[in-house]
Amino acid sequence: MSVLLNVEDLAVTYGHIEAVKGISFQLQAGEITALVGANGAGKSTTLLALSGLLRAVRGRILFEDEDITRLAPHEIVRRGVVQVAEGRAILATLSVGENLALGAYSRRDRAGIATSLEEVFHLFPRLQQRISQLAGNLSGGEQQMLAIGRALMAKPRLLLLDEPSMGLAPLLVQDIFRTLVTINESGLTVLLVEQNVRQALRIARQGYVIETGRVVLADSGANLLHDPRVAEAYLGG
Amino acid sequence: MLPQQLLNALTLGSVYALFALGFTLMFGVLGVINLSHGAVFMVGSYAALFFVNHFHLPLWLALLSAMAISGCLGLLIDVLILKPLRARNAPHLIPMIATIGVAITLSSAAQGIFGAEIMRFPEGTIPTGEFTFGDVHVRAIEIGIVAISLAVMAILFTALRRTQVGRALRAIAESPKSAALLGINVEGLFRATAFIAGALGGAAGVLIGLDFNAITPLMGQPILHKGIAVIILGGMGDIRGSLIAGLFLGFAEVMSKAYLSSQMGDAVAFGMLFLILLVRPSGLFGRVLERKA
Ligand SMILES: Nc1ncnc2c1ncn2[C@@H]1O[C@H](COP(=O)(O)OP(=O)(O)OP(=O)(O)O)[C@@H](O)[C@H]1O
Ligand SMILES: [Mg+2]
Repeated sequence: MSVLLNVEDLAVTYGHIEAVKGISFQLQAGEITALVGANGAGKSTTLLALSGLLRAVRGRILFEDEDITRLAPHEIVRRGVVQVAEGRAILATLSVGENLALGAYSRRDRAGIATSLEEVFHLFPRLQQRISQLAGNLSGGEQQMLAIGRALMAKPRLLLLDEPSMGLAPLLVQDIFRTLVTINESGLTVLLVEQNVRQALRIARQGYVIETGRVVLADSGANLLHDPRVAEAYLGG
Repeated sequence: MLPQQLLNALTLGSVYALFALGFTLMFGVLGVINLSHGAVFMVGSYAALFFVNHFHLPLWLALLSAMAISGCLGLLIDVLILKPLRARNAPHLIPMIATIGVAITLSSAAQGIFGAEIMRFPEGTIPTGEFTFGDVHVRAIEIGIVAISLAVMAILFTALRRTQVGRALRAIAESPKSAALLGINVEGLFRATAFIAGALGGAAGVLIGLDFNAITPLMGQPILHKGIAVIILGGMGDIRGSLIAGLFLGFAEVMSKAYLSSQMGDAVAFGMLFLILLVRPSGLFGRVLERKA
């Protein structure tokens, strides 16, 4: 096992409010790691800091032993750290095809991009049918597929997912989680932020529970799933 | 008479559209109503005149050099003024007000350097060729103006539709945050946009300077108002919309001057604009989109 991403004592503030108060965690290469916690715990803030959209006021982010804490967002994407942001992260005024093309913005290998596109269409056949439609006209589930597919077009080494199941019908949630497992099995490391704690811990090898900007529990997914403190706070007893 | 007026309208309208295009790009991509665009236009005019007078450049080369100068000016305005405001998350009105300051500074500077009186290109600079079709006289310079404006717009339009950078600019227009997460160098494209928009404004300045053969420090003011009208009519940030709205405003102005009242041309044109906006408040191509973070 090797550590792909190492977060040390990361702190992020909005003005004077410290939303993330010095958290540390590690992602093992090739694994799914879950980051769970209640609304406002600081999960999205953490992910945005990993992508360089928010500045760390303290701590370090090491990706493959390189310090990426101060890099610009596009530099971080170029290193292979790609995020699917919270909510409908697609570009509504662009077509499905254009969204996917932009996913590969940091790449120049035409042949590789074409291969990635085929893989995305294989994973989400519906995107291929809707390729020339405006992304804003897709259903919620299709938009989430597009957001994930677009991130895969970057050929990421680490995929950061912020609540991919948000607002989707239960059957679609199942689909999305199954897809995540498939993607992970192809070798991609995944950091999964979820409200859907049970599902997330089921597929995650390792899990971290954060509360008000701090890591309060860290264990394997399976152990957390059966931890009474987790059950009480996040799984409805 | 009518074909002659249509031709005049096409000339004026295509320059309006060209001017409004830079304005639209700044608004669409940077989210800034850049009220210094008229002054950049004026600087373009003076720059071309300067290159012709002092370096005896041929007109086409003077045009390109003026575009480079006004492009750099646009870039400078972004780097020195808009970027620091962005970095501090200044609310929307602040950059707009700041660009008014830039406009005033630039036109005062032009007055200080070149004086307030009207300046003209020296004899023989502007091609005087003329073609006659029936009773329509077409000046060569008019053909040049229309051709250059339409060509520049076509290139830009195609680039925005078909290239990866064009898609990236549209992505930024919708959401700078999403664009950054895709690996797009948002700040870099902000600067590129500021340069291109400045160059387009400068090009429009040179062309208007040639069309009327009159350059003054305050020439940016009326066209700025027209530029604002054009982007509102075109649907705020819509390139196609600015093109059509620019042509429309040119036609409205020329036609009302020719057939209604030579003094009231602008009043009639802006009155029509107002009526259109009453019917379509979001402009011709209005999808007034609230931009995401
Ligand atoms: N732009 C902002 N400005 C100020 N405070 C913010 C901002 N965004 C988030 N916060 C605050 O920071 C804290 C953490 O927010 P964050 O969005 O990271 O939570 P989260 O764990 O992702 O929650 P959720 O599950 O609801 O998405 C919250 O208290 C929130 O109110
Ligand atoms: Mg969140």
